[in-house]
Amino acid sequence: MKELVILSGKGGTGKTITTGAFASLAKNKVLADCDVDAADLHLLLKPEIKEESDFLSGTEAVIDKNLCNECGLCRELCRFDAISEDFTVNPIACEGCDFCANACPQKAITMQRNPKGKQFVSETKFGPFVHAKLGIGEDNSGKLVSQVRKKANEIGKKLKSDWIIIDGSPGIGCPVIASMGGADCALIITEPTMSGLHDADRIIKTAKHFNVPVKLIINKYDLNPEMSDKIEDYCKSNDISVLGKLAFDKTVVEAMVNGKTIIEYAPESEISNALREIWNKINTEIL
Amino acid sequence: MTPRLFDSKTLLLTMIISIASGKGGTGKTTVATNLAFAIGKAHILDCDVEEPNSHIFIKPEITSKSPVYIPVPEIDKSKCDFCGKCAEVCAYKAIAVLKTDVLVFKELCHGCGACEYFCQKKAIKEVNRTIGYIETGEKGDLLFTGGKLNIGEAMAAPLIKEVKNRVKLQMTNIIDAPPGTSCSMIEAVTASDFCVLVTEPTPFGLNDMILSVEVLRKLHIPFGVIINRSDLGDDKTVTYCEKENIPIIMKIPFDKNIAMAYSQGKSIIEALPEYKQKFIALYEDLKERIE
Repeated sequence: MKELVILSGKGGTGKTITTGAFASLAKNKVLADCDVDAADLHLLLKPEIKEESDFLSGTEAVIDKNLCNECGLCRELCRFDAISEDFTVNPIACEGCDFCANACPQKAITMQRNPKGKQFVSETKFGPFVHAKLGIGEDNSGKLVSQVRKKANEIGKKLKSDWIIIDGSPGIGCPVIASMGGADCALIITEPTMSGLHDADRIIKTAKHFNVPVKLIINKYDLNPEMSDKIEDYCKSNDISVLGKLAFDKTVVEAMVNGKTIIEYAPESEISNALREIWNKINTEIL
Repeated sequence: MTPRLFDSKTLLLTMIISIASGKGGTGKTTVATNLAFAIGKAHILDCDVEEPNSHIFIKPEITSKSPVYIPVPEIDKSKCDFCGKCAEVCAYKAIAVLKTDVLVFKELCHGCGACEYFCQKKAIKEVNRTIGYIETGEKGDLLFTGGKLNIGEAMAAPLIKEVKNRVKLQMTNIIDAPPGTSCSMIEAVTASDFCVLVTEPTPFGLNDMILSVEVLRKLHIPFGVIINRSDLGDDKTVTYCEKENIPIIMKIPFDKNIAMAYSQGKSIIEALPEYKQKFIALYEDLKERIE
């Protein structure tokens, strides 16, 4: 079983569209959406939720006003400015470090564990799908990503799947690191812009930092062919294989509006053929 | 209420406008930098510290670069009696105490300071761990402050907080926020006078915008929506905004010239000068909404 994670550094370059295409093309796989705070893959896969569980992670301080004598020690110690002048805790600012609860001489502070999101295991026409929804304003997205991946791997092992295909999130921080550590390949989708190249460079360096093999796709390459060449040169000098280039195509948006993967919506289009070719390369190069 | 960095009544001229989106790649940096260019005299703060791009368009002359740290514990083993208290009070399991050794997992540490406080033997002192750096610079009358997270570093929020500490008084501050709706985005938009949500009229754009709307409502930050590439997609975003009474403050239709300029690191205003007036109008509109 191989784990493929789709990343980009820069947002909006086409991660979910590509993952959706692979959902249509790959056989015997488990799909996972690790972009837990702005998840979109479900809009293409139309999951039927089979299992739902609370995401429990971290705690928040709660001050019992009856026990509190307003000595102010907690406010003094809290480095996250989470306790107000009237001794209420701002749950968004609270990092759940327990410092205040451990230090309070009145023992007026308890740490409470509340669900911070939900995790789902679903059935889709493309196969099993693990996804999640981080609660509004919650942190610890990295931990939720790890749980989603773990669940997808469990299912994959049970079903003897060939692939775990993961839709990642933009950026290079906590949730991205959680989604790529130990994966067999990080597939980077970029676009031929200065920002695209700058951000691809940072995500590629991050993947190398964690020893994850990298491959790359250039999306909308024809919007600036010169910049596309630059990205290809960059890849050549960094020993990264460019699996393919996709032309800008308004059909992609139409497919999305219709809630379909591009392969379902326009199977014979140029972009679908290009994605098919990319998927075949992934099969031969990784599996 | 969200804590405000400054009381806008006493410092009328200090303004913080954040530019956010749920979905990535909708045009946050485009709006932030073009707004800054149109205003002429403003301070732009790049809080997308994982993938900062504002500098590509602003092209500031960098005048200073300083590292940003978080405090992590260092154990003096000659003073330590391996009592285990530090590990017990660490909520992040960043310290493990063995019979004759103490292990510190620095990347798990959130820098809360509890271990040092509770150590009876005074064997713990906090040292700095660099997580990234902040660059400041200028381009004409534009001031620039940008954070950059180190490669391999997971925690962006403390760096974003540091960037935001550089907000300038008696000035318009424009914050380029990271995508998403989790802690980084919240850190970036907190204490803004107004948040501009940049979206695209697609199902993905709308789905993620609704999540951002929920966050901004929870934070009690007033906001409006800019629809970018407004003619590519469907009309559900407009319908949603109307139903929810969310003002649509600007629409930018798809234009290959804009896409081309963007790809070369040029502003829209440079490529299509008629946009200068549109961004000035946007600024006037934002000022009115804030006042």
